[in-house]
Amino acid sequence: MIEVVSESRCTACNLCVKVCPANVFDVVTGGIPVIARQRDCQTCFLCEIYCPADALFVAPKADTASVVDEYEIEASGLFGSYARALGWENGRPGGTADDPTHRLRLASLTGQLPSNQVQELAR
Amino acid sequence: MNDLVRLSSDVLVLGGGPAACWAALAAREAGLSVVMVDKGYVGTSGATAPSNTGTWYAATPERQAKLVEERLKLAAGLADVRQMHRVIEASTQHLNALAARGYPFPLDDEGQLYIANLRGPDYMRFMRSQVIRAGVTVRDHHPALELLVAGDAVAGAAGVARQAGRSWEARAAAVVLATGGCAFGSRILGATGLTGDGQLMAAELGATLSGMEFSNQYGIVPFDSSVNKGLPYGWGSFYRADGSQIIIPPGQRFPVLAREALRGAIFSRLDRAHGQLPDALRRGQPNCFLPFDRVGVDPFSQVFPITLRCEGTVRGTGGLRRADDDCSTAIPGLYAAGDALERQDIGGAASAGGGPNASWAIATGVWAGQGAARFAASLGPRAGQRTVRPAGQAGLRPAGTEKAVNPQEAMAVVQSEMLPLDRSFFRSGEQLTRSLRRLDGMWTAIRDHSAGDGQRALRTREAAALIASSRWALRSALARSESRGMHIRLDMPAIDIGQTHRFIVSGIDDPVITPDRAVASEVLAS
Repeated sequence: MIEVVSESRCTACNLCVKVCPANVFDVVTGGIPVIARQRDCQTCFLCEIYCPADALFVAPKADTASVVDEYEIEASGLFGSYARALGWENGRPGGTADDPTHRLRLASLTGQLPSNQVQELAR
Repeated sequence: MNDLVRLSSDVLVLGGGPAACWAALAAREAGLSVVMVDKGYVGTSGATAPSNTGTWYAATPERQAKLVEERLKLAAGLADVRQMHRVIEASTQHLNALAARGYPFPLDDEGQLYIANLRGPDYMRFMRSQVIRAGVTVRDHHPALELLVAGDAVAGAAGVARQAGRSWEARAAAVVLATGGCAFGSRILGATGLTGDGQLMAAELGATLSGMEFSNQYGIVPFDSSVNKGLPYGWGSFYRADGSQIIIPPGQRFPVLAREALRGAIFSRLDRAHGQLPDALRRGQPNCFLPFDRVGVDPFSQVFPITLRCEGTVRGTGGLRRADDDCSTAIPGLYAAGDALERQDIGGAASAGGGPNASWAIATGVWAGQGAARFAASLGPRAGQRTVRPAGQAGLRPAGTEKAVNPQEAMAVVQSEMLPLDRSFFRSGEQLTRSLRRLDGMWTAIRDHSAGDGQRALRTREAAALIASSRWALRSALARSESRGMHIRLDMPAIDIGQTHRFIVSGIDDPVITPDRAVASEVLAS
């Protein structure tokens, strides 16, 4: 679930309020957006990659809130890590052209994958 | 909520995932005006946006035949070969169109565009830009609560603009439901909004459903996360808490893991990925590695805990029944697309998850958009002059005296009856009956007493939709007195050749199940 809107990183552009499909955030006049309905978060991580300031952090646990430490997240370089892995930058898409998934599917056909698992690749 | 937002168009599309986007584009290309309203945000809504998905893409007839053959083996006699070919042909055509529109597909090692894979966040963001560029009016955070009808035809929808605190009403000559499947409150990627709203809205007008017993596909998630992506486990081994390996016979992954998970904690390690594969997995499936990187575990060398999460009809194959190739629901002016529809055509009794479902969304989106456009054009300007009335019932307009019904309590009942492995993965007549009794009670309470407007109405309405889909699933599972595909009855473990047909479910208050003989003969003939 969403755990952090970083005060030091957030520019109060409120894009997260708009793009969150579960309507988790609320605009705060004169401030940065607040996590208003954490229980509604679907742990899709998409707010992170849309955030132009890499100011959001979603913890992997989907059923309950997690205890997180913003300084640790900062220190371990996790802010913006999903966006970087995809090739998105400043909230803008990128990186699909470098997607090597075709190699994974090829691997399944050339015996680098047990044949009984091939069906699972479709998922 | 006085300040009503009024919208008007030839075609109205409900939903914000791929099927909704393709439907909106198709109706627009037919020259009609299109309004699209979504519960969330078009671009991030639904199960596709947070995922990576294969597609059913066939550049050659041989490839097409192979794709059909692979799935037919799993479908347990309930798929429809003609529809499988139609879906592959339509999706291949429109995936090529997606490349022509400029979606940045990668190149494979031969320097050819690799079109058989879509990266969810990029794909859906691209679709949003295409829809807006085509001149579709997009309204985000506008969940639909009910359909509007004129006589026996659908004439629009109404709902709430949840960030504006206003209600909206959209008049249209035809409506496409692309509101997704029902996840029964399961916390898988992109599913909190998938409460079966469209299925309830359509059923209130008499639309029927099919395949609702196939609503219990499960997926693997690591660390109690939402990430139900199966691909990396192709290179995984599975273990018990004592470190012993769980041996999985071919095709038995889920039944074996489900049985083990009922006995104790289960674990995995991606220890069969060697050479280039770990790197290709990381770069090709970045979302799969979020839980590992955030917990600080290397899944290729370290064992990690996994659980099985129910994926409802999102990866199951139940949903609204199509009346024709256009994706009409048989209600005049009402069309459906994507996971809101049943997908036995392409998956039968097995999940159509991944490539087939992604291509189904494209194909049925286009067909529903074109069908709705034709219907709208046939009505002409008369459409706008009709007198309409709202058709929503349970959760909006109580049949009896209004009393407070807590939608969270309803959600908790749905989750507790529909998600656990020992109720939904392994079924029995006795347990299904017990679950049904509890959900019937909840349904009566919602139908008779629940009401609300604004944000509160959204929650009560979602609760009503979740319960409706649950009851259809349980009744259908009781009616199918055998085991077939993902439907496993411990009390009836064998397949019954006499039940090689689909079941239709009709009605909401007292759902009736009837065999769908027409489809069986078509399947056998093909």
